[in-house]
This record gives sequence, C-alpha cells and structure tokens, in this order.
Amino acid sequence: MTHLPVLVVVAPLLASALIVLINSRKGAWVITLLTSLFCFYASVNMLQMLQDVAQLSYKLGGWDAPLGIELRIDALSALMLLILTGSASLVSFYALRSVEKEIADGKQVLFYTAFLLVFAGLIGISITGDAFNVFVFLEISSLSTYAIISMGRDRRALHASFQYLIMGTIGATFILIGIGFMYVMTGTLNMNDLAARLPAVADTNAIRAAFAFITIGVGIKAAMLPLHQWLPNAYAYSPSVVSTFLAATATKVAVYVMIRFQLTIFGIEFSLLDMPLDKILMFLGTLGILGGSIYAIYQTNVKRMLAYSSIAQIGYILLAIGLASHAGFTAALLHMFNHALIKGTLFMALGIIFFRFATTELSAMSGTGKTMPFTMAAFTIGGISLIGVPGTAGFVSKWYLVTALLDASLWPVALLILVASILTLIYVGRVIEVAYFRPAPEGQSQHKVPKTMVIALWVFALANIYFGLDSDISMGISTLAVDQLIGIRP
Amino acid sequence: MSIETLYILILVIPLLTAVGVLVCRKNENVRESVTILGGISLFFVVVKLALNYDFEQTVTLTLLEPFAGLSIALELEPLGLIFTLVAGFLWPVTSLYAIGYMRSHHEKNQTRFYFAFAISIFATMAIALSANLFTLFIAYELLTLFTLPLVTHAGTDAARRAGWTYLGILMTTSIGFLLLAIIWTWSLTGTLEFTPGGILAGKAEPAILGGLLLLFVFGTGKAALMPFHRWLPAAMVAPTPVSSLLHAVAVVKAGVFTIMKVAVYIFGIDLIGSLDSAYWLSLLAGFTIVSASIIAMTKDNLKARLAYSTISQLSYIILAAMLGVATGVFAGSLHIAMHAFAKITLFFCAGAILVSMHKTKVSELNGIGRAMPITMLAFLLASLSIVGLPPLGGSWSKWLLLQATMEAHNMVLLIVLLVSSLLNLFYLVEIPIRGFFAKPVDPIYNTGIKEAPKFSLIAILITTTGCLALFFLVNPAWSLVEQILR
Repeated sequence: MTHLPVLVVVAPLLASALIVLINSRKGAWVITLLTSLFCFYASVNMLQMLQDVAQLSYKLGGWDAPLGIELRIDALSALMLLILTGSASLVSFYALRSVEKEIADGKQVLFYTAFLLVFAGLIGISITGDAFNVFVFLEISSLSTYAIISMGRDRRALHASFQYLIMGTIGATFILIGIGFMYVMTGTLNMNDLAARLPAVADTNAIRAAFAFITIGVGIKAAMLPLHQWLPNAYAYSPSVVSTFLAATATKVAVYVMIRFQLTIFGIEFSLLDMPLDKILMFLGTLGILGGSIYAIYQTNVKRMLAYSSIAQIGYILLAIGLASHAGFTAALLHMFNHALIKGTLFMALGIIFFRFATTELSAMSGTGKTMPFTMAAFTIGGISLIGVPGTAGFVSKWYLVTALLDASLWPVALLILVASILTLIYVGRVIEVAYFRPAPEGQSQHKVPKTMVIALWVFALANIYFGLDSDISMGISTLAVDQLIGIRP
Repeated sequence: MSIETLYILILVIPLLTAVGVLVCRKNENVRESVTILGGISLFFVVVKLALNYDFEQTVTLTLLEPFAGLSIALELEPLGLIFTLVAGFLWPVTSLYAIGYMRSHHEKNQTRFYFAFAISIFATMAIALSANLFTLFIAYELLTLFTLPLVTHAGTDAARRAGWTYLGILMTTSIGFLLLAIIWTWSLTGTLEFTPGGILAGKAEPAILGGLLLLFVFGTGKAALMPFHRWLPAAMVAPTPVSSLLHAVAVVKAGVFTIMKVAVYIFGIDLIGSLDSAYWLSLLAGFTIVSASIIAMTKDNLKARLAYSTISQLSYIILAAMLGVATGVFAGSLHIAMHAFAKITLFFCAGAILVSMHKTKVSELNGIGRAMPITMLAFLLASLSIVGLPPLGGSWSKWLLLQATMEAHNMVLLIVLLVSSLLNLFYLVEIPIRGFFAKPVDPIYNTGIKEAPKFSLIAILITTTGCLALFFLVNPAWSLVEQILR
C-alpha cells in the first residue's frame, strides 16, 4: 500500500490510455467507473492512514525531494482527494446514460478519455509537493476540460469552451510566471524548500510580483469575481456530466491551490498580513456573494442560474479565507466540501431534466414536481442545502462561517451573509415554485428516467442530509487540515 | 413508558399519521380516520406525559449532535407543556372540522393537505419540546416549509403570491435576524441550552444584549410583530382549517412561544427588565396591538379581520414577555392557551359560514343568526373571551396582563390594553350582533336553520366549551405556569 499516493494519479492516466486502445463505449464506461471507485477507495484508505502519521510522502522514481518530484498528502490534500474521487465515482456511475444521450456517437470513447485526464490532473494538483508540478497537472486538467466542454450538443458550447480556453490559458500562464519568479529567487520548486527559503527573500519585488501573478492566475481558475466571465457559459453549455463534475470540483481545486500557496508556501504572515490580501479577498468574496446571487436571480436557464450561484459560493469560501483566522480557514474548507455535495446534487438533477427535455430552461420545468418526483425531490434537498436550511450540509458551513465572522467582530458582514441566504432562497424558490405549483403541460404524466442517474443523484442528495446531521467527518478533516496548515499540529 | 419514549412518540405519531395518509390516499374515509386516530393518540400521549412529568427532575433526550456542543435535543418544561397540550388537543378537533369543511367545499388535493397538516404538527411539537435554541430553530424553519404547501393549496396566482409573501417574510426574518442572534448567543456564551434564569446575563455590554434582543424579537417573524406582520393576512388564502389551527394556533403560537422561551430561558426576566430595548419593544407591541385592531375594524373580509385580530393578540404576549416581571410571563403563557381556544373557534365559525352560506364578508352577515344560531352563539362567546370578559378563559390572562403592566409601572401600556379591549368588543362582537339583530340581507337566512356539516359543528362546540371550561378550570393551568419561573 506504500504506492497508493502515486497510484491515484497514475491509475486514471493509464486508464485513459487504455480506453482509447479498447475503443468500446461500454468498456470505456466500465473502466472509468472502476478507476474512480479505486481512487475513492485509495483516498479513504489514505485518509485513515493520516490518523497515525501527519502526512504521506512519496518520492517519484525513488529520487529524493529537491531533485525528484515529491507527492505529499496531508489532511488538506486528503480532503481534496475525498471531494474529487467521491464526486468522480458518482459522476461516472451517472455518466452511462447521460453520455449516451448527450455526446455524439463517435466521440463517446474520447469523452471518457478526456474525463479521466481531467480527473487525473485535478488529483495531481491536489497531492503534489512540487510547485512546478502544480502547473503541469493544471495544464493536463485544463486542456482536457476545454475538450470535454466543447463536446456539448449546444453549439454555444464551442464558444464557451474557447472563452474558457483563453481565460484559462491566461490564468495558467500567470501561475507559471509566478512560479518562475519564485524559482529565480530561491532556486527550488519543492514546496517545503520554497517555504523554508522564501522568508529570506520575501521583501523583494520579485516575490511580491510572484505572489500577485499566482493569486490572479488562480483567481481566474477559481472564478473569483470579477474574473468569473468564463464560468457561466462553460457550465451552462457543457454536457451534464461535465458541468456536474466541474461544479463539484474544479473551482475548489483552484481554491485549494490558492490556500496551498498562501499558507504552505508563502506563509500566512506574508500572504494575508504583509500583503493586504485578507482585505482584498474579503471584499471580492462579499462582492462575489452579492453579485453572483443577484445575477442568479435574473437567469431564465436553471443551469446558468446555478453557475452564477457557484460564483457566489466561491465568494463565501474566499471571504472565509480572508478572515485569516483558524475559524475562517476551517469554515472555508468545510464549505468546499459541503458545496461539492450541494452543487453535485443540483447539477445532477438538472442533468436528468436535460435528459428528458433537452433543455434546462426554467419554463420547461413546469409540473416536474409531479411528473419527475424523485428528481425534483432531490433537487429540493440540494436547494435547501444551498440556502442553508438546518439539517443540511449547507447549514453547517453557514453556521461556521457566521461564527467565524462574529469572532472577528464583523457582525455587519455576518448579517450580509445571512441576507444573501435570502437571495438564494429567491432563486431556488423560483425553480421549486415552477416545478411544484405550475401544472405540467397537457398529456405529460410520469416521465421515465434512467435508474442509474437517479441513484447517483440520491446518493449525493442524502449526503447533504447526512453531513448536515453529523459533521464529525467533514469537520474533523477540515480542522486537522487547518491545524497542519498554520502549524498548530505537525 | 419512560419519559424518553413519550417524547419520541409525540414526534413520531404525527409523522406516522402523515405516512398513513399517503398510504390510504385511495379511500378518503380511511384516510381521514387515520388523521383523527393520529390526533387522538397524540393527545393521549401528551396527557400521559403531562401526568407523569416532574419538573423537579427534567429529562433531556439528545437525538443527534451535528456538531460539537450543539445538539438536537428534547426537554419538556412548563411553557412547552402548555403549548404541547394546546396543539395536541386542537389538532384532532381541527381534523374533525376539516373533514366536514374540505368535503363540502370539494377541495382538491386533499391527501397533500392532510399530509402537510400532519408534518406541520410534527414541527410544532418539535418546537414545543426543544431543549435548546438550535433545535428550536430547526423545527421553526421546518414549520415554515411544511406549512407552505397549505398556504398555496388553492394553486391560484393569488395563492402563489401569498406563498411568496409568507415564505419571504418568515424566512428573511428567521435567517437574517434569528439565526444571527442564535449564532451570536453561541459565540458569546458557548451554549444554547434553555436554562432557568437565562444564560446571557453579564456576558456582554447591555447595549449588545439589547441589540441581541431586537434581533431575537424581530427575527421571530411568526410572532407577527409590526412591521413583519404582512405574512399572516397573506396566509389567509389557505383553506379555513389551516387558518384555524396553523395560523391562529400552531404557527403564530410557535412565534410567541419562541419569544417567551428566549425571554425566560435565554435572557432571564431580570435581564429583560433592565434592558432599554425591551421597553421599546413593549411599546412597539403596544402600537401593534392598537393599530392591528384599527386595521381589523376596516376589514370587511371576515378572515382578514380575524387575521388582524390575531396580530393584535400576539402582541399581547410579546408585550407580556418584554415587561420583565414574573406576572407578565404568567400572563403571556396563559394567553397562549386562552387565545388559542378563542381564535380557533372564531375561525371555525368563519369557515362554517363560508361552507353553508358561501359568505366571506362581514357586511353580508346581517341576520345570519336566524340560519346559523349555534355558530353565531359560539362566535359571540369566543369574541367575549378575546375581549376578556368572564365567564370565559380570556378574562384570566387579560387580568394578569393588566396587573403585570402595573407592576412594571407602565401606565402607557395599561391604557393600550384597555383601549384594545374596547376595540375588540367593537370589531368582534359587532358580528354576532349583526347576525342576531340586523335585518337579513339575504333571503336565504329566513329559510330555516342550516348549520355547518355535523363534523364541523361538533368541533365548534368542543372549542367553545373549551373557552368556557378554561375560565372555571384555570387552576391546573395556573399551577403549571407558576412553575415556569421556579
């Protein structure tokens, strides 16, 4: 089991190649599902190992750290792994029927290939201990993401993909420039070494510039307002499987990179206190919360609406990071986890709507509460979790965020957060109203929907309830991760 | 049976009833029998709990602990017992009434109606039994969500709009203010348990505590303190049984119950008595009492008039809680029960008039007493209970309330209460007077007696008897409220 850390990256990479060789649609699906499940298993396993040791370190090819590449899994990485592999497992299970329906026949095998590459890239980002490696994996995942977004049936998917490509490339380039500056100043790319050597050169413009480049680059990938323009279209027009997986994971991985660079590499002193990033993040976060929520209210396409909602949710996470306190970081990580559950549920439900109606316009959803009761019930659970109704995962994050804000005596912001919940209530409520209180068009009775899709959806939905009623696991990992990041625990 | 089992039963019976309603949706007689049976068994369990419970040794049952230190837990205390008894008794009675009403009114989606009704009772019971603010808040939000389908029951545009107003005001206040207040309390004290004597005294500057009290009281939108009262008249689009039990008893009482609990067990009445904001809130409650009464007078629609009367009566209880004297707490607690019986009777009568005579306006009721004498007599008695005249239950709580304002040396509020009684007399008793003494406006009133369907009529008789009985049997209730401040 000592090779587990590398296997979670290598397995999807190899599987993606294998899929092309086998070149069968069913086969591709089976391999994707098995790979995701294996990675999930491995992640849970490594999480258990972290009970005993502070972190798992793996030397690629047996080369020691400064020369070779190191994979390093601490509690934060393990949390990301859990989010990534859990979502991927459910999404792959769900993908069978959705991909059949939405992706052109000849491209389905390639779709699974690209999907696994995205998955491998995101995992790689989350576990590598090498700054340059972050960029490499980022490119692997980004390029494949552009490909799978463009596979959407809607022709606007091409435009969306291109838009994301431009923005994403700028972001990645910025990150690369930043890493380059750091390398010039310190002569190392290993994160631990960087952390040790940076303080000596911290007071230079090169390092400040590196920090700025990386922050903005990552900000683009995380869709931090006002760098968010790529996101609504990319989510709205991509295939359902893709939007579900991206909404649950992609922006969170970008936030992960932000936290990793800020806390592990630059250190909390430099990044949040010397550089005034704490105030910037809080300002942009709050702006994102309000802007995203208000935009969401005015959307007529439910998928776009949820995309704007994601921008708002990223705002919550950034705001929490901006607090630069233990409680704040914990709230941020907790919300990363819980938001993955929420958006996974909501986008999966929309995928089923799309499966049936070939559109996610709000007007098409009249009466779906009656005609698609299981799908809409799960959507409702996801929706109330997004609002933050007690008993759901969303409430737990909101509680901790507001507590963290009150600890910092920022009660006006706390009030604002809660008021933003009302905005969420409005846009979620619109969908629920149309689904439950508008009559279905004449002649529509119960719709048949694929069982695999509904099962995956319900696992996500019930997870929202489970983690709303028992936050030991999510809270435990988040607290441990923050303890490690700010050095309370090794 | 152990106390814990009884707690669980109180929550489980409404849920089982809801499931039973769904299972038996094909046969309406069976479905309604399930509802009634559920209601009666719930009441028996509540009574059994009341008889076996010893407030000296409270029993707490922790169900879940979602995060460290914050638990979903149940614990009975005297105030909760009053609320449980009232709601537990009135649910089966309302179910009885609803059978007559819903059938003769040919309402659609009756299964959804009974289902939502049962789970709303579940949420109400959870509020009444909650051991801490966290549990209370969860149940409070559930109650809003569960009652929403009942408000929008008719499915018309007007009903949908009312649904939005309902959800909008209740959730905005609860998430915006109440939740903030709860988290703030948590961050100040590290606990949310309802503790005799309160937990907040000395934990922060008086100014902060004052602000917190404002957040709590305005956050409890269900108590319908102005300016957050608009949802209640909006909710009147619901079928009358809903207006009767939920919007005259369960939901609104959940609101004032929350305020009472917060005043007694979170702040403690001594602290309340020392806060400036409590004084201002009591004045605002006084303002609400008078202005809601005045608005009620201008309403020709009977249910709207009753709704504004409820808003006014709820502020009696808020006022009582904000006085910061023991008598106020007693008065408020008693008034929860007294007003429940009187107001549900009034709504039952309004529904009866709608079903048998198809009248909704006060101006159309001249002479209706000839056709519906029992209903009008019940209406008269319940009105007198609201006004606070003997021999009806309402006289006790009003008497105590007057005494409490004197103890708090608050002459303004004393006058407010007296004026309000006069206004009540005017706008409520007006209706039976028109009914009995005015010239019939509709010839149908002269064609013989035509009361409501018999199930509904029985329900009206039960609650009216309740109004009378509470006057003579006030002793057990009194010994109960006395224990609140022990």
